Amino acid sequence: MDEALIRSLTPTVLGILGRRGADFEAAEDAVQDALVEALRVWPADPPRDAKGWLVTVAWRKFLDTTRADAARRRREVLVDEEPEPGPRPAVDDTLRLYFLCAHPSLTPSSAVALTLRAVGGLTTRQIAQAYLVPEATMAQRISRAKRTVSRVRFDQPGDVATVLRVLYLVFNEGYSGDVDLAAEAIRLTRQLTAVIDHPEVAGLLALMLLHHARRATRTAPDGSLVPLAEQDRSRWDTTSIAEGVEILQAALARDRLGEFQAQAAIAALHADAPTAEETDWVQIVEWYDELACLTDSPVVRLNRAVAVGEADGPRAGLAALAALDDSLPRHTAVAAYLHERDGNPATAARLYVEAAHKAPNLAERDHLTRQAARLNARRSR
Amino acid sequence: MAKYLLLKHYRGGPAPVNDVPMDRWTPEEISAHMQYMHDFATRLEGTGEFVDGQALAPEGTFVRYDGEGRPPVTDGPFAETKDLIAGWMVIDVDSYERALELAGELSAAPGAGGKPLHEWLEVRPFLTAPPTITE
Repeated sequence: MDEALIRSLTPTVLGILGRRGADFEAAEDAVQDALVEALRVWPADPPRDAKGWLVTVAWRKFLDTTRADAARRRREVLVDEEPEPGPRPAVDDTLRLYFLCAHPSLTPSSAVALTLRAVGGLTTRQIAQAYLVPEATMAQRISRAKRTVSRVRFDQPGDVATVLRVLYLVFNEGYSGDVDLAAEAIRLTRQLTAVIDHPEVAGLLALMLLHHARRATRTAPDGSLVPLAEQDRSRWDTTSIAEGVEILQAALARDRLGEFQAQAAIAALHADAPTAEETDWVQIVEWYDELACLTDSPVVRLNRAVAVGEADGPRAGLAALAALDDSLPRHTAVAAYLHERDGNPATAARLYVEAAHKAPNLAERDHLTRQAARLNARRSR
Repeated sequence: MAKYLLLKHYRGGPAPVNDVPMDRWTPEEISAHMQYMHDFATRLEGTGEFVDGQALAPEGTFVRYDGEGRPPVTDGPFAETKDLIAGWMVIDVDSYERALELAGELSAAPGAGGKPLHEWLEVRPFLTAPPTITE
């Protein structure tokens, strides 16, 4: 059974139910029930027409639920009519769904959960597992989100930036449990590029593909982090890189630069370098300058300081770093790295320990502690 | 079955026997330690005794209610706080003896020189739901 196929049909099926008159909240529940049913019965008894099957089952689930409702009489009129899907193209439905699930009235965690379920076709259990929360908690988060957006009127298109932020969040979560959120984010972003023509959507897809291409080399078999410079570049996924670069070039050619295209350009320059030493750091610094103009984010300026350190030497990097607030996350880790490159292992080791103390996750903490240990071991020899 | 919390402290408990900070270990010793912890959790999953394991950042904040319509008061982090929890593992085992046995194994994780840390872990039973049959 092709679970990805079932999932990719979700927005279409939801759109058809909507055009038959089902409200979003009930329709989404019905589609979810149909998906769960499909996962159960398809392995033994695959349908010839997957979409038709899902529409039929979801519509029946919807009717079962609404029949039991107090508004029985009104709904029975609906049953009798059982209207055919309207003339509107399915493309509009899918895009509308993306905007609805990323609506600004939703908190980021709700928007992410709703997008994964209503657009992505994941089950509540899968989403709960991916975010390490109890299934009942995730179910509640999703139904609250649906209630919030059910009041939203959709006469105008939404802001595509809100959708991109949600997809970016999903991608960054990586993977835990049996659902690969990074792959799912790529699938959803790719699907979005099919329904909206926007250079930043392409930019985000390129960014995801370029980062995904390096995934297998980012962690050692024991789970420890492998920094970019030490990754085995022969194991990078060249197909994914080629696709990312091609999408990025087409987007950049349209001359409407945005932050995702700029980030993808930086990722592409790393992907282009056959060895870490051959990285074009001068161009990377230029892209960080563009990015800083677009976002004014302190994190971007921190990353720029690292790039300056590579392009113009650690002293220049430290000078760039000195201009930034030292309470920024990873500021100390960057300082440690630049001091090491500048030939100050004692200062670097002390800063690595300090950075490990402030690390936001275990993998980074272990990595930074290891860096300190490496320098201390070398010095005591 | 009963659940136990195995608590690891940054400070507050007695000092471990092999008391060398991790940044003074060799990178290989750190790897060996990580591998041991990972294998331990995997083995407990295999025996059906693992429930959860989490690590905490070293710095926290104390917070309390400050009355109607006022934002909560925060205090800390306190450098001098005696007790500081580093992380925990929750196990679900058949007996208290088994909980002690597992805590002992976890405490034997290798440290500097590849020798066991002998670090002190705190074992705390969970308070459970009341049983169905009470008489």
